[in-house]
Amino acid sequence: MKILVAVKRVVDFNVAIRVKADGSGVDIGNAKMSMNPFDEIGVEEAVRLKEAGKATEVVVVSIGPAQVQETLRTALAMGADRAILVKHEDYVEPLGVAKVLKEVVTAEKPDIVILGKQAIDDDCNQTGQMLAALLGWPQGTFASKIDIEESTLTVVREADGGLQTVRLRMPTIVTTDLRLNEPRYASLPNIMKAKKKPCDEMTPADYGVDVKPRLKLIKTEEPSKRQAGVKVCSASELAAKLKETGAIR
Amino acid sequence: MTVLLIAEHDNASLKEATHKALSAAAKVGGDIHVLVAGYQAAAAAEHAAKLTGVTRVLHIDAAELERPLAEPMAANIVALAADYDHIVAPATNNGKNYMPRVAAMLDVMQVSEVSDVKAADIFVRLIYAGNAVQTVQATDAKKVITVRIASFPPASETGNAVVGRKEAVADPGLSSYVGETISRSDLPELTSAKVVISGGRGMQSGENFKLLEAVARKLNAAVGASRAAVDAGFVSNDYQVGQTGKVVAPELYIAVGISGAIQHLAGMKDSKIIAAINNDQDAPIFQVADFGLVADLFEALPQLEKAL
Repeated sequence: MKILVAVKRVVDFNVAIRVKADGSGVDIGNAKMSMNPFDEIGVEEAVRLKEAGKATEVVVVSIGPAQVQETLRTALAMGADRAILVKHEDYVEPLGVAKVLKEVVTAEKPDIVILGKQAIDDDCNQTGQMLAALLGWPQGTFASKIDIEESTLTVVREADGGLQTVRLRMPTIVTTDLRLNEPRYASLPNIMKAKKKPCDEMTPADYGVDVKPRLKLIKTEEPSKRQAGVKVCSASELAAKLKETGAIR
Repeated sequence: MTVLLIAEHDNASLKEATHKALSAAAKVGGDIHVLVAGYQAAAAAEHAAKLTGVTRVLHIDAAELERPLAEPMAANIVALAADYDHIVAPATNNGKNYMPRVAAMLDVMQVSEVSDVKAADIFVRLIYAGNAVQTVQATDAKKVITVRIASFPPASETGNAVVGRKEAVADPGLSSYVGETISRSDLPELTSAKVVISGGRGMQSGENFKLLEAVARKLNAAVGASRAAVDAGFVSNDYQVGQTGKVVAPELYIAVGISGAIQHLAGMKDSKIIAAINNDQDAPIFQVADFGLVADLFEALPQLEKAL
């Protein structure tokens, strides 16, 4: 069983980003970059499946500029076996990413592809579902638990108001949610070892994929700010104030 | 120009998310048709016919659509797509699941979680956990859009549209429903509640969420949580309010023991009134709260319950 995990390099979730004054986008300057947290959960799940003897190989793939190699090295240090870097300088939309990944899947023939449910920069929540559509595969999105049986995958999904369990024919797509696992920190020896693991370089053109954006950015702005209100001194005063507003009776 | 709105329903009636997504669809302009795809869902289809501004309801009934699994849902929507310029769905868990699949099958780049509609092809959405607001123009011939339901008011029910049956397309047979566990049935649902009370890391344990539930019962409120509380294992993920959890905009939001990390604020800052209880007077939550109480929540919550 082979598992492919797609990862994205994003601004670290602890960094407060700034909107550029000219409205042209977000200034990420020299901001600390990290692996998208949901993708880290994806790498962890794949590595655990390998450690449990259920998977034989874990391949990680990412699309982006040369620096994306650092993100792939992190995945390799966590336990992935090899990496594929699809080099592209500009922003690639989820549809473009899904098209590139489709070609990677065709070449690699994994049984399961794991992706984060959402990247914390563009917050699109699309790539996994789109890849499933392009491949004609089922999709187990927002997974909090997965179980491999013979030729099916049982996925417990985070749904509105509870959990939903679905059974999917393999090969299949999985997108991760928070509760699937807690990703490990790579140990120093593993970080050193990761440097020797293979990392292939490709481009979207090598796969014959056009990744030109379909959405035209008109402007990027600061969100409107709320004003701080008043401080109250006690719970009973808070209750009284809330009743005054009419929000509660 | 015609818009196809995908209804969120439980086969018996529509969920309010549909009414809200309709308000976004109405801003696009043109005729609006609603798709009710379900199983024994005639009542939900009749309900959809009442939606203000809807001219036609398409009702598809098939066993595999009882729960909206992404694979058959997307196949049925795509089969109808030729007649429509816009396909719109609420960004509920279901909408987020099947809509990108629809978009890719149509070779369209979806616009996710639209918070405003500026023109038929120009949409506003939040990025970076709500730290930036983007306006984008969709250049694909068809537009596939999910709607951030907290950003739109619910449409009313004064309509009388025609309901027409459509045949379901063959089930792709890729997926099957096994079961579900629904949590918190006695309190309102988080995304539709008029009042929400949420707990953060300050709650210290899942057991202590009972203090929130006691207040919630008095207010007929839903209980939510910050990501920190979910990460700490106090409550399950479906409680999470935030950019990667649920986005809510109730009449009243009460944040208890929540510091106010940006990713949490993104999920609740459109609430009409925000109240916060926290023992740290410098907590960022107070910068967005209309009413702030600096206090130990373990003392304040029982007092609040009594005072309500």
